[in-house]
Amino acid sequence: MQLIHCPWCGPREEVEFHYGGQAEITYPERPAELSDQDWAEYVFYRDNPKGPFAERWSHSAGCRRWFNALRDTHTYRFLGTAKPGEPLPNTQRNTEVRV
Amino acid sequence: MSRVHGYGRIDRGRMLTFTFDGRTYTGHPGDTLASALLANGVHLVGSSVNLGRPHGISAAWTEDATALVQIEKPFPEPMLQATTVELVDGLVAHGVNGQGRLADTADPARYDRKHTHTDTLVIGAGPAGLLAALAAARAGEDVVLVDDRPVAGGSLTGTEVIDGRPALGFVADVVAELARLGVRHLQRTTAFGQYDDGFVLALERRTDHLGADAPAHRSRQRVHRIRALKVVVATGAQERPIVFEDNDRPGVMLASAARDYLHRYGVLAGREVVVFTSDDAAYAAALDLAGAGARVTVLDVRDTLPREWAARAAEAGVPVHPSTTVTGTEGEERVRAVLAHGVDGSVRLPADLLLVSGGWNPVVHLFSHVRGALAYDPELGSFRPSGSLPGVIVIGAANGTLDLAGVLREGGGPDAPEAGPEPARTPTKVVWRTDGDPGRQFVDIQRDATVADIGRAVGAGLRSVEHVKRYTTIGTAHDQGKTSGVLASGITAELLGARIEDLGTTTFRPPYTPVAFAALAGRARGSLFDPERTTPLHDWHVEAGAVFEDVGQWKRARYYPEPGEDMDAAVLRECAAARSGVGILDGSTLGKIDVQGPDAAVFLDRLYTNMMSTLKVGRVRYGVMCGNDGMVLDDGTVLRIDENRYLVTTTTGGAATVLDWMEEWLQTEWPELRVHLTSVTEQWSVFPVVGPRSRDVVGEVFPELDVSADAFPFMSWRDTTLDGVPVRVARISFSGELAYEVNVNSWYAPALWERLLAAGERYGITPYGTETMHVLRAEKGYPIIGQDTDGTVTPQDLGMSWAVSKKKEDFVGKRSFSRPENHNPLRKQFVSLLPIDGRTKLPEGSQIVELCENGSLPEPPVPMLGHVTSSYLSAELGRPFALALVKNGRARIGDLVHVPVNGALVQAQIGDTVLIDPEGARRDG
Ligand SMILES: [Zn+2]
Repeated sequence: MQLIHCPWCGPREEVEFHYGGQAEITYPERPAELSDQDWAEYVFYRDNPKGPFAERWSHSAGCRRWFNALRDTHTYRFLGTAKPGEPLPNTQRNTEVRV
Repeated sequence: MSRVHGYGRIDRGRMLTFTFDGRTYTGHPGDTLASALLANGVHLVGSSVNLGRPHGISAAWTEDATALVQIEKPFPEPMLQATTVELVDGLVAHGVNGQGRLADTADPARYDRKHTHTDTLVIGAGPAGLLAALAAARAGEDVVLVDDRPVAGGSLTGTEVIDGRPALGFVADVVAELARLGVRHLQRTTAFGQYDDGFVLALERRTDHLGADAPAHRSRQRVHRIRALKVVVATGAQERPIVFEDNDRPGVMLASAARDYLHRYGVLAGREVVVFTSDDAAYAAALDLAGAGARVTVLDVRDTLPREWAARAAEAGVPVHPSTTVTGTEGEERVRAVLAHGVDGSVRLPADLLLVSGGWNPVVHLFSHVRGALAYDPELGSFRPSGSLPGVIVIGAANGTLDLAGVLREGGGPDAPEAGPEPARTPTKVVWRTDGDPGRQFVDIQRDATVADIGRAVGAGLRSVEHVKRYTTIGTAHDQGKTSGVLASGITAELLGARIEDLGTTTFRPPYTPVAFAALAGRARGSLFDPERTTPLHDWHVEAGAVFEDVGQWKRARYYPEPGEDMDAAVLRECAAARSGVGILDGSTLGKIDVQGPDAAVFLDRLYTNMMSTLKVGRVRYGVMCGNDGMVLDDGTVLRIDENRYLVTTTTGGAATVLDWMEEWLQTEWPELRVHLTSVTEQWSVFPVVGPRSRDVVGEVFPELDVSADAFPFMSWRDTTLDGVPVRVARISFSGELAYEVNVNSWYAPALWERLLAAGERYGITPYGTETMHVLRAEKGYPIIGQDTDGTVTPQDLGMSWAVSKKKEDFVGKRSFSRPENHNPLRKQFVSLLPIDGRTKLPEGSQIVELCENGSLPEPPVPMLGHVTSSYLSAELGRPFALALVKNGRARIGDLVHVPVNGALVQAQIGDTVLIDPEGARRDG
């Protein structure tokens, strides 16, 4: 069980956290103007890379705040975490691979 | 008796009586069941699982593969290793033949867990671990030291010399100093799994060894959850056997084990001993046993004998034969003779004990658990750690260091004490097996898995040790291949003509030794398994004889049977009361979220399908929430408390989900919105007072409140007080009746409940439970999200287009409503279903089918039109009814369909969801 570094609380047990999917998927400005395909991309389609991946996590059994994390999906290791709106560590990411 | 005087650390002054396989024996404190059996000359313990071959005792600790026992007293426990069961007075056990037996009564013992944080965790209190712990403690670190044996010292037998003293005296001194330095030192504590970031689980056995003296309050076992900055793995090494024909007989034992039995327990495991070895360490066993009175012969595979050991053997009169291998054994319930082949050809040596040593396997499990890389070391004939892991170090024999001087250096560093002189080592000869019938050469003795089985696996085309393991089951028994794993790799490599270096070994996974589920569960059993949430009225419900149901973690009163009533009868009575007089429900579990802030209205407009910003203070609106995919997530009512404040209610089961959902949007998408969310579910208790006489009851209890229809219309709320206590009353109806939901601070809930009951007495006020609540809402076609929906249902599917705003430009889920699939005419829609026979209660979950024109079922696969989501008996309708999701259901109202019930087809008619008071006259009254 890893320790995950909550940007507000510091390192805490993995079981206190909740996974929230890919980060940096923003709600479209005007959904009504999107094509069905583009809307479906927003709602359903996510990257699935092997390697560093920007994700959202929530410290659900702690401070209950959301934050962003860069995690290596191959090793499971967290490469860094940041408060929303703050930059994640500048590690090379693979976001194109879709399976 | 095989007990020899002058040896062992048992307490000979005290006698313990135990029973094995129906016979009574004696032993001493400090014995294991295995040592006590051997002391009594018992070698046969049980029989093997598949072939029924006799099994004995083949090791002295957790690596034993053969001596499985069933404990009967003090409490039944299956499949324990006799070598690790500490002897206590009154122990009753028998050998396992085949499989063990679980107790058929609940385990009365307590189990618990403890969290520990530390700088350095040292696993293993052998010489390396003790010194590592000492060095860390002297350097001021916080140290935890755990070791699985009853006493510290690891593999030290007491014959060694450390720092010029007998080794055990040295151990005692170190243990004393560790105690002075405040090291948390736990014996009988097995670190059974290592996980990421210095997390280690360890099982402490706290009472079994105390027998009847165990304090009643002490937990039997404790799981320590240890988080350490640095983990030192000093888990030692286990002796590796050599495979030969009939190597599974009782009386075949690891050489180090026989030495252990002698020095720890004062037991001479045999009188006529043959030692078969390819490694130096077995010589110590041979000489020690000879010194204790056994006749010993050494057969060494190697052509070159270890000079110093051979000289000592000659001095002790122990014959040593080089270049000799064991090819088989004779005997049934115990070895009678050893068959060997040497330079002079084949010989038969009478023996009652055959000791085997093929070298040593470092115990690398805990390093491997955290993906530490292992590499084959040809000198060891085994795998050892290669490469490093942050925060984990492996020292001593676990690291492949076998000489005591080296072990002490790895543990103690430059200041390490000196070891007494040790004979120079002659390299181990790596031998996996000797010649013989592969069908009788056992690799994993516990599994009856042989060299022939590996041959079959390889013959079937398997090329990976992981596959061979699963094909042969080698390494899958209780010992998880402690003695067989490396052998299996070696023999597989041999059969494949491959290099073991390339083949590798199977992955080690926790637990290192078996752990009882009871220990893992700890205190989380029975009512402590999951938190139980009760309302402030719980005691009242219990006293009223309520039958409870679990709704999430809540205990909710389901119905209140009167004498002689079953659930159907009670619910029919409760329903009738609510529809014709007055009923009252404890609805306190309803989820409640206090939404506050200048942007509260904007926020709710974005999350609900309908408009909340136009809701007037004092009014209530029903709202539906959808996911981005347009599917219904939850529903509930929204009360506008103030310009900048709403009280949102959710389903009982959806409370946490909805709060999380709201927080997620607020924090991640709209952090600019000035809104705060607070759960107030437990702060407010809610009692719906329901039925035509509800106005009388509520009006009587709250004289300050004008309860008339004009002053207090449907879907509005009013604040009032009762004896100075604030009360909020809302005209919300989940039953279709005239109803008032009375909200009060939970501290006052029981008092207010009693007041309402007292006022309602002359109207026959009837408390009702969740079952009646469900029937009443279903008769009105109100869906329960999560029962009538399943995450694939839109508000339109539910017939709730009226709750979807057309004015709002956007809200969560809106864009998905226009996806083509959501306009598919064959989508399932929410309808009612009335069984034509007027009698059958259609089981919830039943499929709905349609007959062909000619009245027969269509050819299989029969198309499914939908399914029954809710089904009840209705007092008001005088018949059973159901709600269902049916393809294109609303366009099919009036159609006849069929529902398979217990093998027969029951005809039912599709109808509108609202079965009672469609105009809403009762509700609005
Ligand atoms: Zn936090």
